[in-house]
Amino acid sequence: MLGPYMERIKMLEIKDLRAGIEGKEILKGLNLSVNAGEVHAIMGPNGSGKSTLSKIIAGHPQYQVTGGSIDYEVNFKKLSLVGMEPDDRAKEGVFLAFQYPVEIPGVPTSVFLRAAFNAVCRHQGAEEMDPIDFDKYLRSKMALFHMDDKYIDRPVNVDFSGGEKKRNEILQMAVLNPRLAILDETDSGLDIDSMKIVAEGVNKLKSKNNAIILITHYQRLLNYIQPDFVHILYDGKIIKTEGKELALQVEDKGYDWLIK
Amino acid sequence: MSDVKQQQEVQDSKLAAGGEDYRYGFVTDIETDTIAKGLNEEIIHIISKKKNEPQWMLDWRLKAYRHWQKMTEPQWPNFEFGPIDYQALSYYSAPKQKKDNPKNLQEVDAELIKTFERLGIPITEQKRLTGVAVDAVFDSISVGTTHQAELAKVGVIFCSMSEAIAHHPELVQKYLGSVVPAADNFFAALNSAVFSDGSFCYIPKGVRCPLELSTYFRINAADTGQFERTLIVCEDDAYVSYLEGCTAPMRDTNQLHAAVVELVTLNNAEIKYSTVQNWYSGDKEGKGGIYNFVTKRGKCLGVNSKISWTQVEAGSAITWKYPSVIMQGDNSIGKFYSVALTNGRMAADTGTKMIHIGKNTKSTIVSKGISSDYSHNSYRGLVKVMPSATGARNFSQCDSMLVGNNCSANTFPYIEVKNNTAVVEHEASTSKINAEQMFYLRSRGLDLEESISLIINGFCKDVFKELPLEFSVEAIKLLEMKLEGSVG
Repeated sequence: MLGPYMERIKMLEIKDLRAGIEGKEILKGLNLSVNAGEVHAIMGPNGSGKSTLSKIIAGHPQYQVTGGSIDYEVNFKKLSLVGMEPDDRAKEGVFLAFQYPVEIPGVPTSVFLRAAFNAVCRHQGAEEMDPIDFDKYLRSKMALFHMDDKYIDRPVNVDFSGGEKKRNEILQMAVLNPRLAILDETDSGLDIDSMKIVAEGVNKLKSKNNAIILITHYQRLLNYIQPDFVHILYDGKIIKTEGKELALQVEDKGYDWLIK
Repeated sequence: MSDVKQQQEVQDSKLAAGGEDYRYGFVTDIETDTIAKGLNEEIIHIISKKKNEPQWMLDWRLKAYRHWQKMTEPQWPNFEFGPIDYQALSYYSAPKQKKDNPKNLQEVDAELIKTFERLGIPITEQKRLTGVAVDAVFDSISVGTTHQAELAKVGVIFCSMSEAIAHHPELVQKYLGSVVPAADNFFAALNSAVFSDGSFCYIPKGVRCPLELSTYFRINAADTGQFERTLIVCEDDAYVSYLEGCTAPMRDTNQLHAAVVELVTLNNAEIKYSTVQNWYSGDKEGKGGIYNFVTKRGKCLGVNSKISWTQVEAGSAITWKYPSVIMQGDNSIGKFYSVALTNGRMAADTGTKMIHIGKNTKSTIVSKGISSDYSHNSYRGLVKVMPSATGARNFSQCDSMLVGNNCSANTFPYIEVKNNTAVVEHEASTSKINAEQMFYLRSRGLDLEESISLIINGFCKDVFKELPLEFSVEAIKLLEMKLEGSVG
């Protein structure tokens, strides 16, 4: 475990969160607290609400929060995420790596990323980057993930393989440099080499100023990215929180022993 | 404060309060010379007389009118529209000017100049756009044409059709109706009988027109129709790029717009014709808006000549329009690039006809239809390869995008091949802007507007890149504005 709790700056505090989609409650009083500099893994059986949690934090408009709170704090600014537009959350440093990245035909990856990068810059009062500087910046980030130059001109996620799509998500994370990154099953569908590259990239992006939430089915990814905490999500609630050894126990024994 | 100003402000506040996004919906309060409603031979005599036309022109109109009387409206388009009472319209309405025939732009009525400035089309010499010559058409007449002297130096004629009939009768007689005959179809025949104004462009042999030529059409008066006629001729080795824009006030009644455009290219000549059509499309319930029945056709008469149509169709309650190319000269090329956007209760039935006659003629069709709300959007296209067209090639790509669940998109491709050396390819797709795409982009920090813009840009990229730069920027903005309320 890392240093004592008190030295940490609290970044995300979710209290008694109730939320769902189309009137169906999926999160049923969820609590989660994440500090800057930490890596949290959230595991759980299918249908327990893992992806719902990630979409709720990022602000998916089709999901509704019916109770509780999501507080988020960066740079001494405390915000309630509930009700904020997804783009406003992104501009404040919230990032979701999608489980199923979406295709945007006809839009080159570089154009999309520069638009996103500059939107965040504008919000933060920083200067926007011109296409030439951005191209250099983008290539430097691509090098982190051993990505081919051809990505730059290809339309976003169109005709990308599963692994390429996932790598592209982590590239976006590297470019946008978020404070709170949620990786929703980024490891699923990746072969072992791709997973190592992704994990290596995530480790390079880790710092004391940002926090990462890994949502995963398997402990496999956690061999490469060391979590500070492992949470078990079941039926819309966190039912157990421990250190990384919990992931190994789950790998070994499944979830049944946790669900009484 | 003048009446016009007051009226404009009332209209502006109405626009703001109603959340309507048609910023061209204002009315210019100007005294007009409008003839009595109705259509008969006497009316045609009156129109012809008002324009001081020669006898041959009047005869041509009357012949067209007699044809039209025997014709019926086309029933095959994929939309329905209320009956049009052709006797309830006025066929000529012109703003009364202080001087009867302004000799130059300094003499044009200030209200008209203001109107065009408000539309973003400055026509006075001081403020005019660089690199673009403009012919401004207000209801039935052309109120002014810029850069004429500059163009005359290289032999380019750019003037209103009325001026052309008066000053260049030999050219008009040679080419008028040579591509779209007077009796071609119901609306073309109507136009031929009553057409009021439009632009005439003539690019002499070997001249690459130094400016973009453009016409801006404005319908202002109520209960009138606009029937403009445009003719562009490019002699051997000549080139011109021509732009067309159109808007109209918001009115509760439907208004008729029936234009004819004819293009002719001789050997090695090229015409690039671009349109951004943004006529008023009616309110959310489908009340009002322009009925846009247009016949546009080009003829590649000479060898190695080229005609390309690029259109962004974003307005009108109804659009019926098939800009076509007849490739008569060997090795000639026809192109059609189209973005048609429908929202509210709009209906568009648009596409092209590519007629291959000459050897080794090539045509390309790229059509992008975007439908949202309760609208209907149809692509209708014909690729026809005649027995003489050995080695003809066509490639067609027709993509539709649906925004929401209540709209529809249709594709009606017709292919007739009478020469077995021809190669014809057709690709089609239908997709949806969906909530997931929007969420994906927004979760990266792009706001609603930027997200729609990216998606639409991506979808229409192949068409937008054919438009002159300023036009493509304007077109993108126009589509974004129209779609803002529909996605999310």
